[in-house]
Order: sequence, then C-alpha cells, then structure tokens
Amino acid sequence: MSGEIGKGATVRGRDDGLTLQAIDVSVRFGGLTAVDSVNETLHRGEILGLIGPNGAGKTTFVNALTGFQEPTSGQVKLGDREISGLSPHWIRRHGVARSFQAGRLFRDLPVSENVEVAGVSMGLSRRRAHKHAMELIEWIGLKDKARQPAGVLPYTDERRVGIARALAMQPAFVLLDEPAAGMSDLECDDIMRLVREIPARFGCGVLLIEHNMRVVMGVCQRIHVLDSGKTLSRGSPDQVQKDPAVIQAYLGHG
Amino acid sequence: MGYFIQVIIDALSLGSLYALAALGIGLLFGVLRLINFAHGDFITLGAYALIVPAYGPNAIRFVADFHPVLLVICTILIVVAIALISEFLVFRPLRYASAATLMVGSFALSYVIQNLIIMIYSGRPKSLDLWSVLTEIKFDVSGVDIALLPLLIIAVTLILMALLVLFLKRTPWGVQMRAAAEDFKMARMLGVRANFVISLAFVLSGALAAVVSLLFEVQTGILTFRMGTPLMVFAFIATVIGGMGSLVGSVVGGMAVGVVSSILQAGLPPEVRGYRDVFVFGLVILVLLLRPQGIVLSRAARERV
Repeated sequence: MSGEIGKGATVRGRDDGLTLQAIDVSVRFGGLTAVDSVNETLHRGEILGLIGPNGAGKTTFVNALTGFQEPTSGQVKLGDREISGLSPHWIRRHGVARSFQAGRLFRDLPVSENVEVAGVSMGLSRRRAHKHAMELIEWIGLKDKARQPAGVLPYTDERRVGIARALAMQPAFVLLDEPAAGMSDLECDDIMRLVREIPARFGCGVLLIEHNMRVVMGVCQRIHVLDSGKTLSRGSPDQVQKDPAVIQAYLGHG
Repeated sequence: MGYFIQVIIDALSLGSLYALAALGIGLLFGVLRLINFAHGDFITLGAYALIVPAYGPNAIRFVADFHPVLLVICTILIVVAIALISEFLVFRPLRYASAATLMVGSFALSYVIQNLIIMIYSGRPKSLDLWSVLTEIKFDVSGVDIALLPLLIIAVTLILMALLVLFLKRTPWGVQMRAAAEDFKMARMLGVRANFVISLAFVLSGALAAVVSLLFEVQTGILTFRMGTPLMVFAFIATVIGGMGSLVGSVVGGMAVGVVSSILQAGLPPEVRGYRDVFVFGLVILVLLLRPQGIVLSRAARERV
C-alpha cells in the first residue's frame, strides 16, 4: 500500500523544485514585534526544525506562512506566487497544510471521516477519499480505531490524526505545530518515526515546530532558531547545538 | 382501544410536522449558528406558492392544480429559491456577525416576508382545498375512524429522515456538512467551501419547509400569512429541548413536543383544554431546568465522560 499514498488526486509533481519562502517577514502586534525580519526557504523533501524559547514567535511565524496572520511587512511566496494576505483556506487548497497545537479534530465524526473531509472538499468522491484516508490512518497505526468518534481518542492518538489530516490531499508542504508536546519518550519515538517518513512517502517539505530537543535533533536536517522574533541561529543540528548564542538563549542569561 | 390508537396516531403526526420543521431549523443552526425565525415564513410561502400572486379575497389556484408530482417539485423549488435568496441577501452579508445579530436578521426577514405576503395576497385568510380526499379516506379500526392523512404525514416524515441520514452519511457533501456543523473554521481550513455548505444547508432546510407547507396545507385547507409561525415556535422549542446542534435532538424534541401537546389535548378535562399550551410550555421549562443541555447530547460529549 505504501506507493498508493503518494499517488494522490493532485497533479503536483514530487520534485518540481517548489519552495515555500519567507522573505523579511515581520509580524507586529501594536508595539510588540512577534516576528522580526525572518527569512527562510522550505524545500520539498526536507525536514526543517523551528525552535526557540516560549514566546519566540514560532507559532506566529507559522501563522504568517499559512495565512492565519498577515505579515506586517515582508513576503510569503509559494513558488513564484506571493501568498501573503491570502486566506488560510486558499493556501490549504494550494498545497500548504498545517496541524494545530490543540488537535481540533471533529469530535463527533469518526476518525476516518476526520481525514476524509479534506479529500471530499477538494473534489474526491466519497470512495476515493475514504480509501485515501484509510491509507493514512493505517500509516499512523490507528486502523483499529478508524470508526470511533475522534472525540474519544486519547491525546496522543489525536495528535497523530491531526498529522494524517494535514497530509490528506498531497500538500506540498506540511507545517506541524508541536506534534510531540506532552508525549512520553516512547510516544515521541513513534512521532519521530512518522515525521521522518513524511518527505519520502508524501513528497512534502516539513516544517516542524517542537520543544522536545530530542525530537527536533533526531529528525531535522536543518534547524532555524528564533528568539524574541529574530533569527538567532540557522544550520545543521550539530552547528545549532554548538552555537553559543543558542546555548545562552536556552540556558538563560548568566 | 380505537380511540387510543387515534390519539397515538394524531400525536405522532403532529410530532412529525414539528420534527420536520425542527430539522429545517437544526440544519441551519448546525452549520451557521443561525436560529432562523424566518423558517416559519418559508413554510407559509410554500403554501402560498400554490396560488396565483393576486390581491383579493379568493385563492386563485395555479400550482395547486398541477399533477401531484409536479406540484411537490414546484413547491420545493420555489421555497428553496426563496431560502437561497434569503441567504444571499440577508445572511451572507451577516456571516461574520454574532449569533445574536444573525437571529435579529432572521426576525427582520420574517416580518419582511409576512408583510410582503400581506401586500401581494392581502392579509385575509384564503381557503384552499388541496387533496382533501386524503382527509376523507378513513379506515375503521375497532369502531373508530382513522384518517389517511396523519398516517401519510408520519410516513413522509420517516422517508425524509431516512433520505437526510443517507445524504449526510453517504455523500461527499454530507461529510462536509457534518464537519462544518462541528467546527466551521476547521472545516474551511481543510478545504471545505463555506458558501457551498451554507447554501446546501439552506437548500435542505427550504426543501423540508416546503414539504411541511404541503402537509400542513392539506391538513388545514386554509392560507394565512402567519400560518407557519406557530410551527416555527414549536419547532424552535423542539430544537432547544432536543439539544441545539444535534439533528437527532431536533427530531426527538419535535416528536416529544407534538406527542405531549396531542396527549394533553386528548387527556385534559374540557374546561382547561383551552389552556393546553400552558401545560406544554410548563413541561418545556421543566425539561430545561432538569437538562439545560437538551435531551440528546452529541456523541463525543457523551462518550468522553
């Protein structure tokens, strides 16, 4: 079944060199600058980690990339097309998906339909959407629970359904907001395995916001560190971990 | 025994009308958080759609003389069109307004429709005989005559509910509607088109209203510009005690209100029978005190406990 997921309904190729790009993106709320001139380019097929202390502006940055927050200045581009200011709805339909910190599943709907909604709303028949959803659900290991209402799932399963739902309909990019928050080490291992598989399996680029350093260092090829809305450091996990500025930001100013 | 059966059938038939009207209200509430007080007027318009729009004391039959199948289709199309126009002119501009604003909008729409009917058709009741043969056919059960119409109302209601369930469960549009009813924003983020699911809810709600108009018109044989209002009021109460946001709750609530009203009508001593609604609404208050969340809870809310 592994190959099937990759062949979705969209016509986007896997290696079309599409990028999701932030150019000098700033978001200001009144006097507070939540995101300050951040540049980043996410490519398909890679896993980029976005880390930083609480309040560093990570979620605001993701909101700016996905249309939930219009940047005060700067540009967000999907390929050559500027998408800043477009609706989250438009951006989702054009291949940039995200998961949410709070799972926000449809609690009354079965797990399978939670994932199917994305398919049918973008024009798949009920049968194809169901098949596609079941493949994703099998991948996250919840096949046995596919018919249960999502509202009764334990927290960690909710998170996984959130990831499956974000991946429905072949997005080119998927932005995961703290998928491992509040999980045990064992559960984290499982999420790491899933995240690692995403680029090869779905052809997506992944932006991973995560507090758990073991998870971030374990799955990301590149890491972008934000602090107080500014880029503090960028590079490979090794480079970032050795960066004195990062160490200072995380261990406090002493 | 026969009398008892008659009371039960009348109760279920009234409950069916309330349940159908409550479903129409519940569908819109689910997707839009709109409590549509104009739903009663959609029902009224369905009945007025049967005659020529002309001022005067008499009803000039037009659609009413069509072949029954065509008549039903025409009525549904007319009410659906009015529901969609209402959505476009009134509720779409108010989409991001609060639930209270939407509700006030629906009140305004309700009065506009009622006054338009008075302007076009005059405010006087008009008698309109539609398929009265249905009220005349009777079966003899244990010495009591049971009319065909209430049985037909119950049957039509059951069929429509089954179709609605199939639609919501089996079709791609139904999945989107259920998702949107639960979390509209999230549904949009996943790609569900807002205009599409909202229009769909108005179409279904309008179609249900049209069927209620026809059944009610056959039963009463009279057109008045406020004929749908009492149905709307009882159906609204039904959705509240059934549990706002739950379609099953709308049906259960509609049935409950209809059955209780009918049984009180039959069982109360004649001297207090005229005050039946006091008892009905008293029971409604009691239900709300004991179960403010409504009779039927959503599935997840129940199982999570």
